Amino acid sequence: MDALKQELKENIIEQLNLEDMTTEDIANDDMLFGDGLGLDSIDALELIVMLDKSYGIKLTDPKEGRSIFESINTMAAYITEHRSK
Amino acid sequence: MNTNYHIKSFCSIKNNCVSLNGSVVYKEEEEENSFTQFIKAAYKNQNTKYPKFFKMDNLSKLAFLAADVLLKNENLPEDEENNIAIVFSNKASSLNTDRKHQESIQNKESYFPSPAVFVYTLPNICIGEISIKYKLYSENSFFIFDSFNATHLLTYTNSLLSSNKADQVLCGWVEFDNENNYQAFLYLVSAKGTTKHNKQDIIKLYNT
Repeated sequence: MDALKQELKENIIEQLNLEDMTTEDIANDDMLFGDGLGLDSIDALELIVMLDKSYGIKLTDPKEGRSIFESINTMAAYITEHRSK
Repeated sequence: MNTNYHIKSFCSIKNNCVSLNGSVVYKEEEEENSFTQFIKAAYKNQNTKYPKFFKMDNLSKLAFLAADVLLKNENLPEDEENNIAIVFSNKASSLNTDRKHQESIQNKESYFPSPAVFVYTLPNICIGEISIKYKLYSENSFFIFDSFNATHLLTYTNSLLSSNKADQVLCGWVEFDNENNYQAFLYLVSAKGTTKHNKQDIIKLYNT
């Protein structure tokens, strides 16, 4: 699980072009949206694509993303349970 | 129509060099460096803290940086709306980003279009990026021409100013086809200034 969390942080920084951030800047329980990392609605769509492309998870209802993308912890837990690759 | 306006200031970005009113503001010393490396270094040199810059496509980065260099020099009030219209033009439209999007949907077996790329598949998105940063909520237009069209920009800008649609107009040419073919030339037209706002002077500054 720790390796997955590290991988998620690296992917998020790269995919979302968080240029001035390192993986050390993102705590596992940091809020990804709102006051946390400050991600926006386009970032949310990118995360949905990332789940599909990297882990074979298709989110049919974007509203599901709210709880899944709350933090690195919630993302890692969801991916571990649902991944197909 | 009143045509007695002036070019208050102008900014040019080409050949890995940024200049304001004819003076070099930033120049990439490493000639082999790509546009990506150059625009990032030039942005950091401006010391503009705006993380959204790194999410923009190349056309928006180019337009944003040129506008940032030019408007910073104007010391605009940060918390107020500025009645500055934007009139941009180019030849390649958003083709560079259109190509990236097309590549991402080319293979049906690996069909992963990026929403962050797709949102930039219109040239006027760069106007939005500048408007958000500098609170410019006035008129805006983006025209596509075969080449730089000083006459059209002149007429359109004079019309906006003389009909009181805007106090000033930020206008010019922002072209990004590929890393070896890019250019930004933006200028601010106002009632004040030393350079006359006419076709000859616009073309002269464009070719500077």
